[in-house]
Amino acid sequence: MAIFKKLVLPAALAAFMSGTSVASAVTEIQWWHAMGGTNGERVNKIAEDFNATQSDFKVVPTFKGNYTETMTAAIAAFRAKKQPHIVQVFEVGTATMMAAKGAVYPVEQMMKDAGEPFDKSDYLPAVISYYQTSDGELLSMPFNSSTPVLWYNKDALDKAGVSKVPETWPEMKEASEKLVAAGYKCGFSFGWQSWVMIETFSAWHNIPMATEENGFKSTKTTFEFNNDIVKTHMKNLQDWQKGNLFVYGGRRGDSLPMFTNGECGMWMNSSAYYGSMKSQAKFNFGQAMLPYYPNVIDKPQNSIIGGATLWVLRGKQDNDYKGVAKFMTYLSSPEVQAWWHQETGYVPITTAAYELSKKQGFYESNPGTDTAIKQLSLNTPTPNSRGIRFGNFVQIRDIINEEMEAIWNGSKAPEQGMDDAAKRGDVLLRKFEEANES
Amino acid sequence: MLKNVHFGPSVLPFLLVLPQIVVTLVFFIWPASQALYQSLLLEDAFGLKSEFVWFRNFEALVSDPLYWHSFKITIVFSFLVAFLSMSFALLLALFADRVIKGSGAYRTLLIWPYAVAPVTAGALWVFMFNPTLGIVSYALSALGYEWNHQLNGEEAMGLVVMASAWKQVAYNFLFFLAGLQSIPKSLIEAAAIDGAGPIRRTFDIVLPLLSPTTFFLLVVNIVYAFFETFGVIHVVTSGGPAGATNILVYKVFSDGFVGLDLGGSAAQSVILMIMVIGLTVIQFKYVEKRVAY
Amino acid sequence: MVENRPLLAIFSHIMLILGVVVIAFPIWIMFVAASHPEIRMTQVPLPMLPGGHFFENLDISLNRGMSGMDGNGVGYMMLNSLIMAMMIAVGKIAISLLSAFAIVYFRFPFRMFFFWMIFITLMLPVEVRILPTYEVVANLGMLDSYWGLSIPLIASATATFMFRQVFLTIPDEMLEAARIDGAGPMRFFWDILIPMSRTNIAALFVILFIYGWNQYLWPLLITSEPGMYTVVMGIKQMLEAAEQVPQWNVIMMTALLAMLPPICVVIFMQSLFVKGLTETEK
Repeated sequence: MAIFKKLVLPAALAAFMSGTSVASAVTEIQWWHAMGGTNGERVNKIAEDFNATQSDFKVVPTFKGNYTETMTAAIAAFRAKKQPHIVQVFEVGTATMMAAKGAVYPVEQMMKDAGEPFDKSDYLPAVISYYQTSDGELLSMPFNSSTPVLWYNKDALDKAGVSKVPETWPEMKEASEKLVAAGYKCGFSFGWQSWVMIETFSAWHNIPMATEENGFKSTKTTFEFNNDIVKTHMKNLQDWQKGNLFVYGGRRGDSLPMFTNGECGMWMNSSAYYGSMKSQAKFNFGQAMLPYYPNVIDKPQNSIIGGATLWVLRGKQDNDYKGVAKFMTYLSSPEVQAWWHQETGYVPITTAAYELSKKQGFYESNPGTDTAIKQLSLNTPTPNSRGIRFGNFVQIRDIINEEMEAIWNGSKAPEQGMDDAAKRGDVLLRKFEEANES
Repeated sequence: MLKNVHFGPSVLPFLLVLPQIVVTLVFFIWPASQALYQSLLLEDAFGLKSEFVWFRNFEALVSDPLYWHSFKITIVFSFLVAFLSMSFALLLALFADRVIKGSGAYRTLLIWPYAVAPVTAGALWVFMFNPTLGIVSYALSALGYEWNHQLNGEEAMGLVVMASAWKQVAYNFLFFLAGLQSIPKSLIEAAAIDGAGPIRRTFDIVLPLLSPTTFFLLVVNIVYAFFETFGVIHVVTSGGPAGATNILVYKVFSDGFVGLDLGGSAAQSVILMIMVIGLTVIQFKYVEKRVAY
Repeated sequence: MVENRPLLAIFSHIMLILGVVVIAFPIWIMFVAASHPEIRMTQVPLPMLPGGHFFENLDISLNRGMSGMDGNGVGYMMLNSLIMAMMIAVGKIAISLLSAFAIVYFRFPFRMFFFWMIFITLMLPVEVRILPTYEVVANLGMLDSYWGLSIPLIASATATFMFRQVFLTIPDEMLEAARIDGAGPMRFFWDILIPMSRTNIAALFVILFIYGWNQYLWPLLITSEPGMYTVVMGIKQMLEAAEQVPQWNVIMMTALLAMLPPICVVIFMQSLFVKGLTETEK
């Protein structure tokens, strides 16, 4: 075949020249991840440290862009049979990964097949419940898990005369008014708005976000977040934009500088911003539990997890999976987890790592750093607060983002925005249900 | 189409077109036909299960108001980019044509943005207009205007238009200047003798004579805005806020690549391909001489 | 000049300088941001004048890269970009010259069929057909290779179309004269067509080099080995650092570096570029 001579031979030659096809005795384990910046360095360190502990396997971490890009790259690679062994997928991709039964090697089963000791009870229930099947099988290995918390600028609150960090939304409003009156540009802001203000908000108030136990029971789920409680909350937020009690600062973590610059006194987003707060905030800051509405619930339920897990993809040799299993064990070890947790602000995934951090005195010297873990394990999770599982959720979150933005910029009434978001989201849920009928 | 004088039949022409045909077949026709086939499927992301659904993906698109919204946005966006970059370039070219010394130096200084990658251009403009950090939004805020393109769809559109137009000014400038310099000086001189001033001459003589160049640039700019601004949009707004900058090319990408709705995305690319091929054929049939990029 | 109006000339200069200022302002900002330390980049208002950390940032960008990257700096990424851009530019020009030559100067079966087949690829960007193209490249084993980076992007008709235009403007007498001299087709191609399309080749080279250099999504998808990353990809990835504010100083420095090769190509080939573009346009 002339084509192949023309194209493949040079390609092979190029590969050879760049040194990729040089055979080696160590088995390489490809790990695609989405951790840029400082966290990327930590990922590299974990892999290097693991590689140094043994000589049979070599974990090769590769940064593949943001979460979406990483997931799509892995899927595209799988379709072309070039998939990595391990891919880091954010929590909203869970349903998509779960549905791909032929592509995903459930972690629990992989550990068993590889003969690697694995005890699920070592892991924090609030962390792993999000990633289990309805039968309780653990599908993916939690890696970087976080939950939204309330970050506050202690100096600003003091200056504004707020003596107590707000615990409820009415107190949030009051504190924000005082902040603005004290000359701050805004009271509070938040990032990852769908996750923080709808998904976690619903769990925190123990109200369902969708039918079928938030999608855990089946793909027949339909959205219910367009309920009165959420709508009222959206209405409040919209109102609070007047007078800058709340200022919207963009999707994801785009609003972080507003907090670290001292413009906004409070900020709601992932506990995993701890690392950047430490390096960028030039004031005393702290984290506290998210506010709630006392007229909706007496005491908050529990918050849900965010972040990402490591999924193992099928189609590699059995021996490779032995290495993957060893790496998973290493990753879950108390030392690695405690280090990761203390450096990044992600929650530790095992009880042992949590205990170790306690013993090391981390929470005493850094008050508030256990907020996330306390929030997650505040109460035994209910079907409303265990987590969410929706197909096409990456796209649905974008829809929710869009509709929320429409509310913030005043082009839609909160009721309208939430109804539209639920309606548009349902269409994608149905599409997913249909594409994954077995 | 073909030279009146040409070489006789032999195997040579086949060998000559072979490389391009092979590349086109393998990397264009084949993937495109895959997209065509995919547009008729309902498929899960990993390609493990698929169902043939005929034209349902297309029906869904046609009945989706957001798709039409995206069409509308694309037209507005392309028009604004073309208008802004062309009028700015024309203005500069008119002045550059007047100065005897230094037009080369100006050209060198103006050409820079052309070399900047769309992704980089996007990053740069986002950096300048970042609502909290950006230097321009800081200045605007000092003037009493709170810029927030992450919230305000019109500002977002404005920002992607500015970033895209900025990149294209240089190209337009080069063509306008060359066009101006090729206008016979005798015409201008004759008008000057009749007493027409520079402004009058510009409107009565120069601009009409420049219209072929203008038309050609219009086509190029619209094509640029349709397809090559992907990187700018990707970095600046990701199609947001609330879909305000979700132009067609970006929607194909975000529905397929981000949303993993492969069938729907493939259907969109098929529609785009048909549009492009249609446009190309029209352009080829009617304005053949003008295409050159 | 038609008449002498010094005031108008001065006015023109002023307007042009203003135009240059507007156009160059973003680039100036890029340069300024690249010369300040990281911490300064999170303090409002951002600086308008250069700071003293230019070489420090240059060192970070070139030798270490941003935190979280592989620690090798962006130098090798620049090299990858260069190889990719050169392969795309040279490859596309070569195959297009050949096919345009065949289509214009030969009468052979399926000529129009070939022409249209090439022609419909005009303008359709790779983003629109990216996933199927990825599968093809993966199946041919071309992931993580320079071939995979460049060849799929060569599949486009713009260059063929342009050379066809150029060849059509070359007078028939040239071919007749060549024939009288007894020159065969390839001889004619090398000795007459190529020299006559020199400026167009130069113009296309500039356009294609920049096109290749500036690719983002395609390299992102098909490279998974850091050794194959390109610099534009690197910039975008620097913007994606999870859960922290982007390190604007390093990003802008890298953007500055990434701009240098294409800008050099444009500036050094400027006059050929302009001539090549505008001549076919006429």
